[in-house]
Amino acid sequence: MKKLVTDVVVIGGGTTGIGVLRDCAMRGHRTILLDRADLAQGTSGRFHGLLNSGGRYVVSDPESARECASENAIVSRIQPNAVERTGGLFVVTPADDPAFGDKFLAGAALADMPVQEIDPAQALAREPRLNHGIKRAFLVEDGTVDGWQIAWSATASAKQYGGQALPYHKVTQVHHSNGQVTGVAATDLKTGEEVMIDCSFVLNCAGPWAGQITRMAGLPPVAVVPGRGIMIAMNHRLVNTVINRCIPPSDGDIIVPAHTVCIIGTTDHKVDDPDHLVVPREEVQQMFDSGEELIPGFRQARALHAWAGARPLIKDDRVAATDTRHMSRGMAVIDHSQRDDLKGLITIGGGKLTTYRLMAEHIVDAMEEQLGQSHPCRTGDEVCPGNEPGHNYLVTHRLKDREADRMTSPIICECELMNRSMLVDLLKQNPLDNFDDLRRQLRVGMGPCQGGFCSSRVAGVACEEGVIDATRSTGLLKLFLEHRWIGLWPILHDAQVRQAALDEWILHGTLDIGHVPSPTSVERDPVDDAPIDETGPTTMEELPPGARAPQPATTTRRRTRAPRSQAANTPKETK
Amino acid sequence: MFEPASYESNLLARASLDQCVKCTICETQCPVLAVTPLFSGPKFVGPQAERYRHGLVVDHSLDYCSSCGTCTLVCPQGVKIAELNSVARAAMKKGHTPLRDQIISRTSFMGKAMKPVAPLANAVLHNSAARWAMEKTLGIHRKAAMPTAHSHSFSDWWKKHTPPSAPTRGKVVYFHGCAGEFFEVETSIMTVEVLEHLGFEVITPTQGCCGLPMQSNGLFDAARKHVRTLADQLGVEPDAPIVASASSCVTMLKHEAHDIMGVDDESLIKVGSRIREVSEFLLDLADHDDLPLDFSPIEMTAPYHAPCQLKGQGMGRPAVELLKLIPGLTVVDAEATCCGIAGTYGVKKEKYDIGQAVGRPLFDKVREINPDFAICDTETCRWQIATATGATVVHPIWFLHKAYGLG
Repeated sequence: MKKLVTDVVVIGGGTTGIGVLRDCAMRGHRTILLDRADLAQGTSGRFHGLLNSGGRYVVSDPESARECASENAIVSRIQPNAVERTGGLFVVTPADDPAFGDKFLAGAALADMPVQEIDPAQALAREPRLNHGIKRAFLVEDGTVDGWQIAWSATASAKQYGGQALPYHKVTQVHHSNGQVTGVAATDLKTGEEVMIDCSFVLNCAGPWAGQITRMAGLPPVAVVPGRGIMIAMNHRLVNTVINRCIPPSDGDIIVPAHTVCIIGTTDHKVDDPDHLVVPREEVQQMFDSGEELIPGFRQARALHAWAGARPLIKDDRVAATDTRHMSRGMAVIDHSQRDDLKGLITIGGGKLTTYRLMAEHIVDAMEEQLGQSHPCRTGDEVCPGNEPGHNYLVTHRLKDREADRMTSPIICECELMNRSMLVDLLKQNPLDNFDDLRRQLRVGMGPCQGGFCSSRVAGVACEEGVIDATRSTGLLKLFLEHRWIGLWPILHDAQVRQAALDEWILHGTLDIGHVPSPTSVERDPVDDAPIDETGPTTMEELPPGARAPQPATTTRRRTRAPRSQAANTPKETK
Repeated sequence: MFEPASYESNLLARASLDQCVKCTICETQCPVLAVTPLFSGPKFVGPQAERYRHGLVVDHSLDYCSSCGTCTLVCPQGVKIAELNSVARAAMKKGHTPLRDQIISRTSFMGKAMKPVAPLANAVLHNSAARWAMEKTLGIHRKAAMPTAHSHSFSDWWKKHTPPSAPTRGKVVYFHGCAGEFFEVETSIMTVEVLEHLGFEVITPTQGCCGLPMQSNGLFDAARKHVRTLADQLGVEPDAPIVASASSCVTMLKHEAHDIMGVDDESLIKVGSRIREVSEFLLDLADHDDLPLDFSPIEMTAPYHAPCQLKGQGMGRPAVELLKLIPGLTVVDAEATCCGIAGTYGVKKEKYDIGQAVGRPLFDKVREINPDFAICDTETCRWQIATATGATVVHPIWFLHKAYGLG
């Protein structure tokens, strides 16, 4: 068993937890963060990518709107590389009540949120694909943000102050004695080693899983109400501005141009278990219908991938527990010294990715208050490492980079323009990474072919470079393809079916992936292994014959994806 | 950046790229990618790179695309690959098109300028010192194929021309193109003589450039203006077929002005649906047993090259079928992808070597089949093949004219 000693343990490696790690470290606390999976693999990696102007909340929740408006500017400044300043539009479609626009303007004024009403013709000039029947349009400061980039650069900043992040460490128990937290026990999932960390404070930032953590401390679970929402990434940016429907918050009210795709979201359904998030087909249809309202022809555009995330909402008695959308998205800080007579444990819930830094500030303030300390928070003042101050992300960046190095390093992932040197550098740095870990860093396999062309190249390069042996590499390849399939199945139609068919022919017909050597057990991922759907097949082979493209009769085909019964009961992976 | 809501921004917002399944067929057929690593290939710069553009074009190497259109032709999913590239190139060059590209994309201007001083112009174009200076100052490669200037234009001939006999069939509008007006005057005259021999009443309205060279050099505004004017000019006889000896210009009118530059004017649609490349027109007559087959034999074997732009019209190789009807004549389709000139691509200093490498398989085929005589429908391709091989390269109409005993 490995023993570590620190002041504070943060549980949960989403953006909130990482923001807390950074804030604690900057204020001088020795801090270790634990997550059972990769950083930002849960809710922080399963949203639509909106950096919120506050516009969505100006009418229903002005306080949230005000926080968003100010944090939006701060995040753009301290983590510019993760943010694209796309701007946003709230549009009143022919089906909507134009009067809501007046409430919208009034709420914006109250929340000090910058907004400008523009002529619908101006909005159409900016976004020609928008519904030409829009009646009003409001320009706001929405942007897009990459949750993983936010997580990594904040982690890098925390490391500069001595903070430590340990992904793939599953917390097994929170120890306390005499009403005071004393330590945390965890298991290193990559090596199997037990880890015991002595500490005097635990900050529970586990989001939808926060209740499970308080249970590990032997306390009554915090009442979290996970709100499941689905998102669908479309093959390319149909718009270059965030498009919101100017109505009270509802399903499918936003399209976000994030990286090379645009993402439509979302739905909101209360679920009991954040590890079991399905993408029901009726909700997929609902998204396509909503897309049509904003962008006529949306249904004809190509859908790439779907996923579901769980909102980490803390139960609020002001609204019914089943109506999570109308619950305050403001944050809730629960001090367990008051609730459960246990010192050294604080839980935070609610909030939005846009306000992650502010949430961290609140929870660390609460911890210092309990400790009788008061260090100033400086997380909003300092630009995170790896970011060029004043230079926000642009969708053209990767193309520009490849234009510069196209003669020196071959492209491995053609859709997302990842070249060989990017891959090899990361593989050598993190030899224990699975292909999904690589994907979150490099975007490999996230484009139109969903890994059909690049994933086998990744496996080959990993072997050739001597980082991963052939057996493990092919095992990881199969696992990666299983995970891609989870997000493909719910949206499989039209162009994406042709792609999936071609991918299957390549992987089975040509590469015979069903017979490549693979380990008797690949290390399963705690989060990525999810059932597809209550009714979905686990591979394309299981589609009914009429739903499948014809296949060469001569190829021998075996099922390679894990049967559903083997897959752990955990949520779906993102974009 | 584009004007918002312009056709470019719509197309850059790119409907067809969603159909790409990355199969790579376009890259296996791209003649430029086959000879140079400087070009990233049609799949890369087309449907892949397009996902990274939002009106701003940062990948300047896309200009190595020759716009030959082979990728679009071979794509089994219907992705408008070449069109995506052309639009992106126009976006990239907008506001800073080099002087050279502005000059070489104005064929009729060059023709008009050289006509009064044709002997001098030809001397200059064949003088190595002058060509060296052109390369240094303008970036036109010293060895690149150049047209031959003429003292008399097609119009000069037409003004003095009287038809040999009264027409026995209906009217046809003849479209000769700028090269047919100034440089390939003989081809134009032969076409008119063949049509009149067949009994058509030939009408040749005043006509300007179709805009294709401007379009392929990214000068969309000028190209749109020209193609609209031309459509009005050629529309003089609303019911008559329009017959052309300039096969690439036909492509512009048939679909490129619409597919690449979004010109949707009714006058263009009417002209574009009525225009026929002359071999296509004559083969259609033959298919209806309406073409006299009283050809004198021509004992010859000659290679034929189908220009890329002609292939893009999706009508097969009408010239090959038509010339089969002439006794004694054996026409061998060279089955090469591209001659490497691609309009004005192969004359540019930085692309000349690529153009030559692209054309090499064709040049070898020509030398193998008949080193002295070859057939091709488009002017610039003829100049390229002639310069590279030393062969005489003629339009298919040359054979019909001869076989009908007209010259």
